[in-house]
Amino acid sequence: MPGMTAVAQSSSVVVEIGGLPIRLRCDSPDFLRQIEERYTGYVGSPNNAGFDFEIELAPPGAVSQDEDVCVTWDSGRWLMKRGDFRAEWNPSTARGRIQQTSNPYSLDSVLRIVHTLLLAREGGFLLHASSAIRNGRAFLFSGVSGAGKTTIARLAPPDAALLTDEISYVTRRDGPYSAVGTPFFGELARVGENLQAPIEALYLLAKGPENKIEPIVGADAVRGLLGNILFFARDPEFVKMVFDTAFEFVNHVPVRRLTFVPTTSVWELIV
Amino acid sequence: MTNYRYVARSAAIASRALGDETMIMSATNSTLFTLNEVASVIWKAADGVTPLDQIVANKICAHYDITLEVALNDAEALVEDLAERGLLLVSDQPLAQSSSSRGEAP
Repeated sequence: MPGMTAVAQSSSVVVEIGGLPIRLRCDSPDFLRQIEERYTGYVGSPNNAGFDFEIELAPPGAVSQDEDVCVTWDSGRWLMKRGDFRAEWNPSTARGRIQQTSNPYSLDSVLRIVHTLLLAREGGFLLHASSAIRNGRAFLFSGVSGAGKTTIARLAPPDAALLTDEISYVTRRDGPYSAVGTPFFGELARVGENLQAPIEALYLLAKGPENKIEPIVGADAVRGLLGNILFFARDPEFVKMVFDTAFEFVNHVPVRRLTFVPTTSVWELIV
Repeated sequence: MTNYRYVARSAAIASRALGDETMIMSATNSTLFTLNEVASVIWKAADGVTPLDQIVANKICAHYDITLEVALNDAEALVEDLAERGLLLVSDQPLAQSSSSRGEAP
């Protein structure tokens, strides 16, 4: 139209974690900018998205903060809710909706849940673990809060590429189990590098008076792994998938206990 | 008249043998359980159609040095415990193994 100019303004952002591009649509340009900033390094091509979510921003105070996360399967949809969000996702249409406040960390939680659901179908999982790539191989350091995930990430030598200090992404889409960088961070407050490498070993962390590595096998390895896998869906088929995946993983990846003192010398053992 | 008890593994669990042990995860609350060698024998034989006393006689007493009375008492305590946790189904009638299929996998 003569005399008028139009500025194309995107109403969506594609966030690609673990090679799974998810389009996030929202009417609020401010929130989309927050998403782009939050997921720096993980913003994918706008023309390529396998999954689509419409985000509706609820006014502050419209949601409570004290409700636990709940994920259920109902009539062909996953329903996800917590105090700060309500979401649903239909796997057969690959589309979903999220109602949340404008806090991007609520979106973090939804994305984590969606990725656990997507990964479970392909034998992968999210793990409470820091991870890093060194010499082309990935190492996972798992444990509960306070076990030392962030500490070991902070102590990593310069030649190690840090994938995350909080939530590790494990996939076997390309054959061997691989770790992929994630934007999910802990105390380090830094997004991981968007890289991928085959997993060399999983270390279950323990703090102690000396650096020591011990193999963990059988039921102890499965128990240690299952205790740190993120899964939210209280769904029999989903639980079975995760359970079987844990056995598969310990059959293919060495699991070890890493007792360490918080100095850089611990990384001399990680080779 | 003898009162038979039949036991069957719940459909709302995932389980795997690991050596002589069995690991079980409840699908309803994700709690993890480990059964020892003897308990694993009962777990594996809990097909819903073989009475518990037959399982104990044929699978436990025939292979371990234990009397039927003692073994049956232990087995009943185990079965009660697993049933309370939702891992086993117990009935005085034969049980068909239930399926948790809901059509489309998520």
